[in-house]
Amino acid sequence: MSKLFSKENREVLENPLNLDNPVLIQVLGICSALAVTAQLKPAIVMGLAVTVITAFANVIISLIRNTIPTRIRIVVQLVVVAALVTIVSQILKAFAYDVSVQLSVYVGLIITNCILMGRLEAFAMMNRPWPSFLDGLGNGLGYALILVVVGGVRELFGRGSLLGFQLIPQQIYDAGYLNNGMMTMPAMALILVGCVIWIHRAYFYKEK
Amino acid sequence: MEHIVSLFFRSVFVDNMIFAFFLGMCSFLAVSKNVKTSFGLGCAVTFVLLVTVPVDYLLLTKVLGPDCLVEGVDLSYLSFILFIAVIAGIVQLVEMIVEKYSPSLYASLGIFLPLIAVNCAIMGASLFMQQRINLDPANSQYIGNVVDSVVYAIGSGIGWTLAIVAMGAIREKMQYSDVPKPLQGLGITFITVGLMAMAMMCFSGLNI
Repeated sequence: MSKLFSKENREVLENPLNLDNPVLIQVLGICSALAVTAQLKPAIVMGLAVTVITAFANVIISLIRNTIPTRIRIVVQLVVVAALVTIVSQILKAFAYDVSVQLSVYVGLIITNCILMGRLEAFAMMNRPWPSFLDGLGNGLGYALILVVVGGVRELFGRGSLLGFQLIPQQIYDAGYLNNGMMTMPAMALILVGCVIWIHRAYFYKEK
Repeated sequence: MEHIVSLFFRSVFVDNMIFAFFLGMCSFLAVSKNVKTSFGLGCAVTFVLLVTVPVDYLLLTKVLGPDCLVEGVDLSYLSFILFIAVIAGIVQLVEMIVEKYSPSLYASLGIFLPLIAVNCAIMGASLFMQQRINLDPANSQYIGNVVDSVVYAIGSGIGWTLAIVAMGAIREKMQYSDVPKPLQGLGITFITVGLMAMAMMCFSGLNI
């Protein structure tokens, strides 16, 4: 056990959550991060789906890394990812149909999510399965974290609710408060992510 | 005819790949540093879209659809894998043709050409096309035959090119402005795209 969670492995898992966040620092996987965050629930589901797919794609590629010819490695990676995404998409359709309708094409677009290709190329091709699994998990969770923050802010201010539960009481609406309809528009997602990057760079991220 | 014109203008302005769906954001942010390369990449993306979307449309309706290959079997759940294979193959082909017949264009596009394979705008257009086949034919977003899919592909490509060229021009000018340090680079780019998306929202009520 102590070997499985050695210092290096812990760093592999924790770094993407803070210092090396895939969305904020490496700017990967922006497309879906912006599009599914109008509400919290699809954001959480999307984050989990990407985490699972990144972790398992990393393990599979890491297991077969020595048998893949270098010239066609991109195609092999794409096929592994596409197969995993198909499985996840079918599971979502079977067990969470309303969320899969909300996510629409963005489930399929996990295939072209740059986080996946980036991790496969930069980490799984050179490391053993267990660290690759942790790396996939960490990067997926780092991505999910940003989705949850942006999704939470947009749903709270755009609809006054979180996960569908009304949080802002009726008295405040009676006193003249209005939901900010702008928050549910695509444009605000970009501006919010810009602000998250700003805060992250100003307070948490130290140049190495 | 009326349907084609309306579909074209909708896909350029209303359903703009960047501002309405955030597709192709990664390369949009990475490449839009000046107008010249932006335009080159925009043209390459438009061309690849123009080839892949009609091919994917034909494969989806003539090969994967219900009762096409085997009586009583609907293979459309394989669409993700098929789409990504078609895209990767065609990008490879385009790369080889450009290298053979126009080495100067090949040199100026450099790494961006193979990267189009993992551009979400390409995959996204095929996935949206798959969704729109099931729409009501009276809807202006409906795609019912190969001509519609060609028009949709050209429209989306031109919309994407417009967006990236505009962004390249703004970023060229922005080099001379005084931006707070943590916001420099990525942060301010996001906020700029957000403001541009807000401006594009004025087209959302457009009816032709």
